[in-house]
Amino acid sequence: MSTRIRLTDVTKDYGLAVPAVDNVSLTIEPGEFMTLLGPSGSGKTTTLNLIAGFETLTAGTIAFDDADVSTLPPHKRNLGMLFQNYALFPHMTVAQNVAYPLRERKVPKPDITRRVAEVLDLVQLTGRDGHYPSQLSGGQQQRVALARAIVFGPAALLLDEPLGALDRNLRGVLQAEIHRIHQEVGTTFVFVTHDQEEAMNLSDRIALFNNGKIEQVGTPEALYQRPETLFTARFLGDSNVFPLDKPFDGKAVWEDSVWAVDPGTVAAPTASALVVRPEDMRLSTSSVPGTNSVGATVRAVEYMGAYRTVVLALGRSGLTGRARLGPEDTAIAAGQTVVASWPVARQRLVLS
Amino acid sequence: MADPPQRRIPSPQWLLVLPALALLAVILLVPLGRSLTYSVDAPAWTLDHYTALFTDGVTLTVLARTALTATIVTIVAVLLGYPYAYLMTRVGPRLRGLLMVIVLVPFWTSVMARNFAWIIILQRGGPVNSFFKLFGWDLVLYESVAGVTIAMSQVLLPFMVLPLFSALSGIDRRLLLAARGLGSHPITAFWKIYWPLSRGGVVAGLILVFTLSLGFYVTPALVGSPQQSLVAQLLGQRTTQLLDFPGASALGILVLVVSLALVSWANRFGGTISAIGVAASTPTNAPTKDRP
Repeated sequence: MSTRIRLTDVTKDYGLAVPAVDNVSLTIEPGEFMTLLGPSGSGKTTTLNLIAGFETLTAGTIAFDDADVSTLPPHKRNLGMLFQNYALFPHMTVAQNVAYPLRERKVPKPDITRRVAEVLDLVQLTGRDGHYPSQLSGGQQQRVALARAIVFGPAALLLDEPLGALDRNLRGVLQAEIHRIHQEVGTTFVFVTHDQEEAMNLSDRIALFNNGKIEQVGTPEALYQRPETLFTARFLGDSNVFPLDKPFDGKAVWEDSVWAVDPGTVAAPTASALVVRPEDMRLSTSSVPGTNSVGATVRAVEYMGAYRTVVLALGRSGLTGRARLGPEDTAIAAGQTVVASWPVARQRLVLS
Repeated sequence: MADPPQRRIPSPQWLLVLPALALLAVILLVPLGRSLTYSVDAPAWTLDHYTALFTDGVTLTVLARTALTATIVTIVAVLLGYPYAYLMTRVGPRLRGLLMVIVLVPFWTSVMARNFAWIIILQRGGPVNSFFKLFGWDLVLYESVAGVTIAMSQVLLPFMVLPLFSALSGIDRRLLLAARGLGSHPITAFWKIYWPLSRGGVVAGLILVFTLSLGFYVTPALVGSPQQSLVAQLLGQRTTQLLDFPGASALGILVLVVSLALVSWANRFGGTISAIGVAASTPTNAPTKDRP
């Protein structure tokens, strides 16, 4: 039921300046929830369409388990697909929409009826069989699309920004729903989004795309805690970025001050930027032992509800940075001079 | 404190249709009513003019010929118009504009110019005749029902293409991707998804072309032969030459009733009249047929 999807040196070139997908290799494990994350134009959707067969490969191969599907047309790949616009057939009822892939597979009628009822129950739409898509809300339509995409037991489910058209609350509800259904059906899920929070919430692993290439693959935690490049550090969450005076050569130097480095936090020997998460920044009046620190001026304090964000001008150059304070830290005010410090183990040296 | 009861002030918007309604009343309803009275009231109340239509030996033949011609024209128009309208939805805006202009040129050309052009093309010694002569076939389409059919198809094609284009451009092509992803061969996806969604536009085009064909006058009169006239020529003959107003009125009413019957029958296939303007893009037009 669940399938390993293996992309080997996959390239899609439309003849533009840069290939849409540039020599990407990625293995998606059976039953895994893999998110292709990236800004628009990064190649994530093209990669999904290549897996689906809607686009043809310029180079490379795509295999499901051990079968090469590179040249197989979409209707023979046995994949479920969820679109942002739901793509429900407007002239068919909910039941007819969900039955569609089963009818195309010549499943006997009684089995169709049973499977449709089961899957509508799974997506909590029992009793809506006779409705037309236009009679349903956006969230309900996407549930129907989800039911239709999994009812035939596809080798994998491809989700192309399925929550993009929904409002924030509904998005949360459907995220939970997609997560639950992934747990229940155990199929391989390949999920495309540009929303990093969505990716972090749902994924077993994330493949972060940038300019047609995969920047980094790993668990959400690995990408957040141990980014290898500046792009990753910036795309997932906020970062304070110190561009080093010269590439790391055993010493990390910024504005002539040498910082302590934990070898475990160096992403590459030639790392050229040091990043610190805002929540790891501490503000005090004097430097704290066992930390790296830099002088800073408080520019503004932004109230965010659960926390406050302090906007800082760091070092001599006044580099913009951010620190996150709990609601009880009310002593900090704009205009103050402080020392911003962070544990050596919490910094990260990345390629820029 | 309770709100004072809302007084319903009639919206002044309906005033906007008054001029059109007045005009319609004068130029449509009055003559139509006059025709109706003519057809049953000359000299005294009678249905003779209607029964004559079925017994004079001419009218039925002409009606049958007209219906056949209209049917062929409609079929030709949909066979040519559907792929054309489909192509229009698939090309870029520049080419689409060009294709649209090509469709609209017949609208912008004088009726007389178009029909005389067809006479020149179809007459003995014209290009069509010369072409078939190369193969030893002395085919003259001028003054034939076939020639009339060809010319009418060209003239009426825009009435098929425009509602079809409107309907087809309202169809979300991602539905076809979805269908293919769900296991449909592209051809199956077309027949199960695209075709049913385009049906409203097809019916709209069929009705427009067919009803217009039924009443077509200039083309059959110029390109066709008097021996093989269509119903509009018969009407013209009865009003202008025979001055048989009751007979002409009865015939006119009959054609009108047939046309109205067709439109209302076609309406059952889902919003035909609205499909002419707004296409099948409104999914609330869900068909009531085919429910499980």
